[in-house]
Amino acid sequence: MGVGHVTPAIEVRGLAFAYPDGRQALFGVDLRVEQGERVALLGPNGAGKTTLALHLNGILTAGTGSIHVSGVPVVKEHLRDVRRRVGIVFQDPDDQLFMPTVGQDVAFGPANLGLRGDALAARVRQALDAVGMAEVADRAPHHLSFGQRRRVAVATVLAMEPDVLVLDEPTSNLDPVARRELADVLRSLALTTLVITHDLPYALELCPRSLVIDGGRIVADGATRDLLADDDLMAAHRLELPYGFDPRVAPR
Amino acid sequence: MGAGHVHALFVHGDSRLHRMAPQCKVAATFLFVLAVVSTPREAFWAFGAYAVVLATVTVVAGLPPATVARRLVIEAPFLAFALFLPLVSQGPRVDVAGLSLSVDGLWGAWNILAKGTLGVATTIILAATTPVPEILHGLERLRLPRVVTAITGFMVRYLDLTVEEARRMAIARQSRGHDPRWLWQARAVGASAGTLFIRSFERGERVHLAMVSRGYDGTLASFGATPALRHEWAWALTVPAAAAAISLAAWGWAT
Repeated sequence: MGVGHVTPAIEVRGLAFAYPDGRQALFGVDLRVEQGERVALLGPNGAGKTTLALHLNGILTAGTGSIHVSGVPVVKEHLRDVRRRVGIVFQDPDDQLFMPTVGQDVAFGPANLGLRGDALAARVRQALDAVGMAEVADRAPHHLSFGQRRRVAVATVLAMEPDVLVLDEPTSNLDPVARRELADVLRSLALTTLVITHDLPYALELCPRSLVIDGGRIVADGATRDLLADDDLMAAHRLELPYGFDPRVAPR
Repeated sequence: MGAGHVHALFVHGDSRLHRMAPQCKVAATFLFVLAVVSTPREAFWAFGAYAVVLATVTVVAGLPPATVARRLVIEAPFLAFALFLPLVSQGPRVDVAGLSLSVDGLWGAWNILAKGTLGVATTIILAATTPVPEILHGLERLRLPRVVTAITGFMVRYLDLTVEEARRMAIARQSRGHDPRWLWQARAVGASAGTLFIRSFERGERVHLAMVSRGYDGTLASFGATPALRHEWAWALTVPAAAAAISLAAWGWAT
């Protein structure tokens, strides 16, 4: 594969960021995600995972360093384009779903891109179909189960036809069945995906490759199975496998 | 999960009224209430006529009258206030069952009772035949500023969530032995309200963040509001037209 010649889906170089109160969250992050890859971003609480995600679509502006999404620099004049290209699914679906009905909520993003009428309706239908939620289009978000809301939240960004899907803690508060259903949806999408998670078995199930971030730096990058099997690395960065889970014997 | 207090008012059905364009229903409700409140309070028969109109609409909408009647209970706290009026108002007094009541106050109480009940009944019928998102569409079609309908939409969307959150906080307080009986024990409730406010505020920020991430630039597109057909308007407006006729007749009768 001509890696290096193909435009990567995400390319972050030397990204540093401090919050306005002076707390520094990122200290020079470098990472590269190729087109079509599914990558997990692992790390303990407060490692800078969400901060990094919010840089990818320009919600937060880099102190130093650069970010490119499909070759487009994340800078002010490209914000609109970048926000279409990077779809972030936030941790709490109730933060994301704010319209009176599911269909209207899914339409919100593409409508901001200028779609109207039949084109908009078709986009909404496709996105809801992709997550298996087409039948709830006219329902109110708060009438859905948590797992359904999470899938609808995914649809709200899919409707913008993004290049990259970023999920922040997608399995939090999901029961095992909803967790598995979401995994099925994500696998079926075949989209470049960055999964921010504490859920290490989920990372292993979905993402062949993982990055470990701690203290605002990328401290490891490799095959998920190898990283999870590296006891010293795991212990050093407050990562811990659930009781009884062994990545060496987990099914491939 | 959120039991949907907001939609609890809607009664499923497939009547002419259920299918009518929401803007017609909203406009008819508003105009009907306007006619009711402008009726002179001395014209008892006019309020009876309004009640007959509403009863007819209830039947057309296929709503169980018992449901409408039960929901009227919501105005009880306001009526309690009206009941005080005859006791505290000034002016000439009459003796009723040993109580000295103000004539002015009695008229005032009757006025609130009659117009309040009719107004509440009208909105109950609107809410029972129109889902909340449709009412918002209707308001939009009636040229209410998009900002206002959007804010109302947010309120509807997050009301359930906030109520649920308040309930969870109350349960957590009670689980730690909190059992407020006296006013001076209200401190913890106040602190919870403050926390709830901060949380809602922060949620607002997160919602905004999520909106900006989907390309929000300060203008909300509007959705789904379709123009009403002429015959829908004609049907809807028969109700306020009847009310206007009653109101005019009442004025003619009073003068």
